[in-house]
Amino acid sequence: MTLFALIIVPLAGALVAWIAGRRGHVKPRLVGLLTALAEGVLAATALAQMLASSDQVLLASTRGMQLVLDGLSAPLVLLTGLIGVVAVIASWRIADRPGVHHALLLALEAAVMTVFLAGDLILFYVGWEAVLIPMFFLIGGWGHENRRHAALKFFLYTFVGSVLMLAGIIVAVMTVKSTLIGAPSIPIDPATQPWLFWLIGIGMLVKVPVFPLHTWLPDAHVEAPTAGSIMLAGVLLKMGGYGLMRVAIPYAPDGFAAAAPVLGALGMAGIIYGALMAFAQTDLKRLVAYSSVAHMGFVVLGIATGTSLGYAAAMLAMVSHGLVSALLFLLVGSLYERTHTREIARFGGLGARTPRWGGLFVFAALASLGLPGLSGFPGELLAVIAGFGAFGWWISLVAIGALLGAVYNLSAVRRVVHGGLAEEWSALSDISRGDTIAAAVLCGGIVVIGVAPDLILRLTDPAVTLLVRALGGGS
Amino acid sequence: MSAFGSNPWLAVAVPFIVAVVIAALGRRATAVTQWVAVLGPITASLVGLAGLQGSVASSSVPWLTQGSASIDAGVAVDGLSAIMLVVVGVVATMVVVFSVGYLEHDGAKARYFSLLALFTAAMSLLVMSTNLVTLFIGWELVGACSYLLIGFWYHKPSAASAAMKAFLTTRVGDVGMLLGLALLWKTTGSLDIATITGAAPGLTAATATAAALLLFMGAAGKSAQFPLHIWLPDAMEGPTPVSALIHAATMVAAGVFLIARMWPLFEVSEAARAVVLWVGTFTALFAATIACVQSDIKKVLAYSTISQLGFMFAALGAGAWGAAMFHLVTHAAFKALLFLGSGSVIHGTGTQDIREMGGLARQMPVTTLTWVVGATALAGIPPLAGFFSKDAVLAGVLHAVPAAGAVLLGASLLTAFYAFRVTRVAFFGQSRAETAAHESPLSMTAPLVVLAALAAVLGFFGGSITHALGLEAEGLEAAVAGASVLAAVIGIVVGIVLYAGDLERAEVLKGRFQRVHRLAFGGWGVDALVQRTIVAPAGAIAGWVYRVLDRTVIDGGVEGIGAGAQFAGKIASRLQSGETDVYASLVAVGFIVVMGIVLWAGR
Repeated sequence: MTLFALIIVPLAGALVAWIAGRRGHVKPRLVGLLTALAEGVLAATALAQMLASSDQVLLASTRGMQLVLDGLSAPLVLLTGLIGVVAVIASWRIADRPGVHHALLLALEAAVMTVFLAGDLILFYVGWEAVLIPMFFLIGGWGHENRRHAALKFFLYTFVGSVLMLAGIIVAVMTVKSTLIGAPSIPIDPATQPWLFWLIGIGMLVKVPVFPLHTWLPDAHVEAPTAGSIMLAGVLLKMGGYGLMRVAIPYAPDGFAAAAPVLGALGMAGIIYGALMAFAQTDLKRLVAYSSVAHMGFVVLGIATGTSLGYAAAMLAMVSHGLVSALLFLLVGSLYERTHTREIARFGGLGARTPRWGGLFVFAALASLGLPGLSGFPGELLAVIAGFGAFGWWISLVAIGALLGAVYNLSAVRRVVHGGLAEEWSALSDISRGDTIAAAVLCGGIVVIGVAPDLILRLTDPAVTLLVRALGGGS
Repeated sequence: MSAFGSNPWLAVAVPFIVAVVIAALGRRATAVTQWVAVLGPITASLVGLAGLQGSVASSSVPWLTQGSASIDAGVAVDGLSAIMLVVVGVVATMVVVFSVGYLEHDGAKARYFSLLALFTAAMSLLVMSTNLVTLFIGWELVGACSYLLIGFWYHKPSAASAAMKAFLTTRVGDVGMLLGLALLWKTTGSLDIATITGAAPGLTAATATAAALLLFMGAAGKSAQFPLHIWLPDAMEGPTPVSALIHAATMVAAGVFLIARMWPLFEVSEAARAVVLWVGTFTALFAATIACVQSDIKKVLAYSTISQLGFMFAALGAGAWGAAMFHLVTHAAFKALLFLGSGSVIHGTGTQDIREMGGLARQMPVTTLTWVVGATALAGIPPLAGFFSKDAVLAGVLHAVPAAGAVLLGASLLTAFYAFRVTRVAFFGQSRAETAAHESPLSMTAPLVVLAALAAVLGFFGGSITHALGLEAEGLEAAVAGASVLAAVIGIVVGIVLYAGDLERAEVLKGRFQRVHRLAFGGWGVDALVQRTIVAPAGAIAGWVYRVLDRTVIDGGVEGIGAGAQFAGKIASRLQSGETDVYASLVAVGFIVVMGIVLWAGR
């Protein structure tokens, strides 16, 4: 029941928020917050139930519709619950149609939950597509100057990927004669597998996004409202990595084996390329957007190794990136709200004027560059270790990317927080109390996972071991 | 077994908790919390002392486990860790006490003392780790603390840039170290230090050399060895007590510690040892020449630190890792003393330029006396500490590779020269300052006295230090000791004579060799070269790739394909001009449709 509730509750909340929005401006955000909090509690409850079960898997099915919570989905479901709350807090001061805004946010959360919990391919695909709709309207309705173009680009880009994925899923279902997600009982013809893998995988690789299919991302982020960016980077991108491990690879393991070197190369390219592009930016939000390309490169690299260590790296990197990118977008959104600009060159010395915001930004930058002790490091470490085992010295390229990661993050700190205070900000107020609380929660998560990453791996271990064993690979 | 002996995690946990408490209580509580900060380093040294008595338990917890693969976070205190803990604890305690006076009027004391405590925690973790991953965590965290403390006065653009430069330059070495970890994992199946050192003799020569050199990359970055030394002189932008603790005594010595810790791996690879030896030897001489012409008192000490670390690496490369550790310990005492002394001078005179000082001996007697002890120890005059440890280093290198030993003797001469050049110019002769200097308060002079006492007597503990490391102690060799003292005396005499009076002789010499002087003053152009060939092009390349590849080629291509989509775009934008109800009903319709599909499919 808990699993169904995880999808139904935000949908119901969305309906209530929408209705409340038509009667005044105070209620929808309260509805949003309460629903998001309830959703977080539900996610924790579901996790507890899963851990209490003997095989660490929680199943729920009705009318042939199956929901599954296991080690692969549990961290992402929890992450979605947490990021959902942060997104609501970040949109606390939305004055333009708050009812619809919060309804869309909650609907988005429901759709994402559907993807992560889906136990059969149809539901998985429906959730996958359903995510696009509220996100499209969030960008198009509450975004910045070029919102329409960005919204459409986001929609079409990912929609094209999804259509190919649908074709792949149809082929898979017709061959296997079952819609239930899992290693197929009737193996798919090895000759079919290579193109089937790419057919299903391409939509996921767009979502990640993998270089060179990433250009929708910076546009979408720059134009999206803060809550939209938080959900997009914090949760939506993870659908790509999750989909690869859950669907694309199990259905076409031989196809994956053939594609693995290409995937590894794309992951490494993304790590370097994303960091280099982030370094080139003059717009702070675009910088953070490109950092996502770099971070998600580690996810793809880990998956490409086809090892349990690599899968573990991908899971850690996804959870970490969810927390860190949400924090960064929260902070950039908070800054934009007070300055109405994202132009890096106009900032400088903000640490002196807004010490709370400055301190949080420095923390976020250190987390983003993968400082050990914070959440980014364990995933990157495992990705490098697993990648070295699979691809050998090519992994030196990742080292260059890790160096560039420090370059763009610290140069952002240098240009925004450090230095002399620009005169136009001499009366700037510090980050709001609500945003501070949301940021502090994210920081707490970043530290906990950085110090004790085994908390995540203990969850993922059984599921990852099972998935990789089905691949025929070792650890 | 004392409480400190039974739980080594205390050396990490106590300073960490102290850091959190200081940060949480904020600026209003600093009058109290600045003194609470000493609890961290004191705990570290007590754990270290317990370790020297050989009675510390080890402890380890799983940190990352996936199937049968496991990386543990573990700490243990052996002789090597114990020595490092005591060094870190004692110097950090002195630095905290000194800082109370030095930063009396600074508004950001909570941030400062909190970071000092956090640094102590990270350093303790680094030196006690039984696993390369935990070591690397401590390694990077001390780097982060260093970054935040160099940039402590971040409103100064020079300080902010120096902080970034320090982090990025050391990061170059660190990514090499990370690759080394990956290689060791692949070949030994573990990152546990004991497992790796145990497996080292079985590694192929190529693997051992590659792994050792990758670890050395990390060490060279942290310990500012050529050509990764360029960050350390800039790091002097940080508060002087920070320079004493992090950039002289402890963090920059971590590279030496790392190689000593991984010694069995280096023992296998002769090639790697040769690289360590010659990089260290070259750095020792190279940095000493630059130290001879600097006029900023902290810059002299910074280049001196680079040079002295070069001595330690030379000893490591020669196989005399016990001598390297001995020199690490004495250097920590006398260089921390010299840095804190320079801090006292800066506090008393308001300048860092030795040409604007002079005659401080009368105005700052305690500072002067302790400085002279430190300078004499640095120069290597018996019976002060530097003499014994440098003698051990020289003996080790001379026996292994005589040519390198000869270079180090030359560097020793320069060391004595620059030490007494600064001493002569800043502390003696006529005052060239416009305002009179004043002696520093007790909280600053007391640490100077303690460190001076250590710099004076530590040399006699060489045997105990070597013994604690599990090595055979070696006695002085008359020939080596004689040559070393001779070099030191020549250097001192030249330094004092050349800079007698009002610097006339030195000015004449400088005029004659103007070009060489300018080159040496600028660090022989290495920094400028790196800026020109790496830093500046990196930004240009990033900008070019962004404009041409990302925007024009990739995104332009996508947008081009999307030309057909413009038609759809018009429809979509027409929808967007509608009322909220339109959006909402669209969403609702969408969900009803998809739910319908689901229910139909699930019949």
